[in-house]
Amino acid sequence: MGLPDPVWTFETNPENMTKDDIKQVVLDIIADIAPDEDLAAVKPEVRLRDQLSLDSMDFLDIVMELRKKHGIEVPEADYVQLASLDSCAEYLHPKFEAKGK
Amino acid sequence: MSSKPRIVITGLGLTAPNGNSLGEFRANLLAGKARIAVIDVRHMGRHPAGVCDFDATKWQKRKEIRNGTRVGSISIFCAREALGDSGLDWDKVDKSRVGVYLGITEHGNVETENEIHNISQFGNDTKYWTHHHNPRTVANNPAGEVTMNMGITGPHYTIGAACAAGNAGLIQAAQMLQLGEVDVAFAGGVSESIHTFGIFAGFKNQGALGAHEDPTKASRPFDKNRNGIVISEGGAIYVLERLDDALARGARIIAEIAGWCINSDATDAVLPNPERQTECVRMALQRAGMKPQDIHIVSTHATATALGDVQECTALRTVFTDCPETRINNTKSFIGHCMGAAGALELAGNLPSFHDHWVHPTINIDELDPECALPGLVINQPVKVDRVDAILNNSFGMLGINSALIVKKYGVA
Repeated sequence: MGLPDPVWTFETNPENMTKDDIKQVVLDIIADIAPDEDLAAVKPEVRLRDQLSLDSMDFLDIVMELRKKHGIEVPEADYVQLASLDSCAEYLHPKFEAKGK
Repeated sequence: MSSKPRIVITGLGLTAPNGNSLGEFRANLLAGKARIAVIDVRHMGRHPAGVCDFDATKWQKRKEIRNGTRVGSISIFCAREALGDSGLDWDKVDKSRVGVYLGITEHGNVETENEIHNISQFGNDTKYWTHHHNPRTVANNPAGEVTMNMGITGPHYTIGAACAAGNAGLIQAAQMLQLGEVDVAFAGGVSESIHTFGIFAGFKNQGALGAHEDPTKASRPFDKNRNGIVISEGGAIYVLERLDDALARGARIIAEIAGWCINSDATDAVLPNPERQTECVRMALQRAGMKPQDIHIVSTHATATALGDVQECTALRTVFTDCPETRINNTKSFIGHCMGAAGALELAGNLPSFHDHWVHPTINIDELDPECALPGLVINQPVKVDRVDAILNNSFGMLGINSALIVKKYGVA
């Protein structure tokens, strides 16, 4: 692969990532891919598509950015797990933990 | 073409390296103000290039800009500005009867180069290749982005015509209006070429990339020491309508499309053929029902290559004999070669001449090449003339595509 080794800071060391940290990771990605959206009032338990103007290409962007920035793979069968911030955190937490080991 | 509907220009939007409106662009052409930047070209270092500074967020959401292409943003800006200029009541326009026809020299090189660079940062693993690549690189992309932004549901496509594309877009639109396929057309040419290193490298290795210590002097058609093309981005999109429709809504008529011709050299991929160019201009004149003497401005294509400029001058010298009222100019000397947008922008810069009777010059001529010393060539300073009734706009491209478009002042027989 020849991938550069990620340089983890203390805060982003995947082993130490809390579920809230992971929600912020997803929000930061959404801020990049949907820059017109106001993310201040996003409800973590509500489907992202029900409160933001996001389409299927945007969710593919989220998957891509998790891959590029965090080395996290989300198989197509698991895309439904990215429906809300809460479900993202539940689904991604063990993946971030595994990255740190 | 008397039996076919007459076609008129009723709106115009543009972005050029030296202006984001016709007024600004025209003022700089008459003031002799070139605007060429020096940019970092991937893999190639610094080169002169014409860069546009329009505000894309004026008409697009930031997500549209992010997901789309640079040329899509150029197209949307120009089309929206053209709509405003046309005075059309957009809410009342039947969007299914609107067409978008945009000329392009090339499309997709920018986005493909970007992705090749992107995956090179990830070991060339194609799983990092963006899913936006295909919608960004389909050849209809710029025109399609316009339809999505403006809610246009009529036909849209691009016309690939190398550097003759700006004229070709307008000609396509005029034909579709005459056929009754649409009632309103957004047409012209667009380019994002400065964002691809390939076009710079191609011209450089062909010995045709312009350079000068002062970037604003790098593009100097007809000068003896010219050394090639300055690559630029830009766009010019016109609103075209049938004359009867324009009159019925009380539109301001900017100009009338009088005649055109597109033909092919069928000789060489890069070296233009003056015989075919001559035939192209003569056929456009014939279709417009005009003589060479009827043309008051010839807007040349000349790109500042050693051979291309001479070939066009040979063609013009053949057609425009004994034409004391015909003035000849060049806009690339100000803004470089805007590729797919070139023909459309160069026509735009001349349109105000119908009413102000000024002819902008070709600038950057320190020593006129004797082989380019055409009678009527307006050199370095604008000239005031008694009248401008018709403009011939030349636009030629690789693979031997020639286009000549004649527009005339509305109301002139």
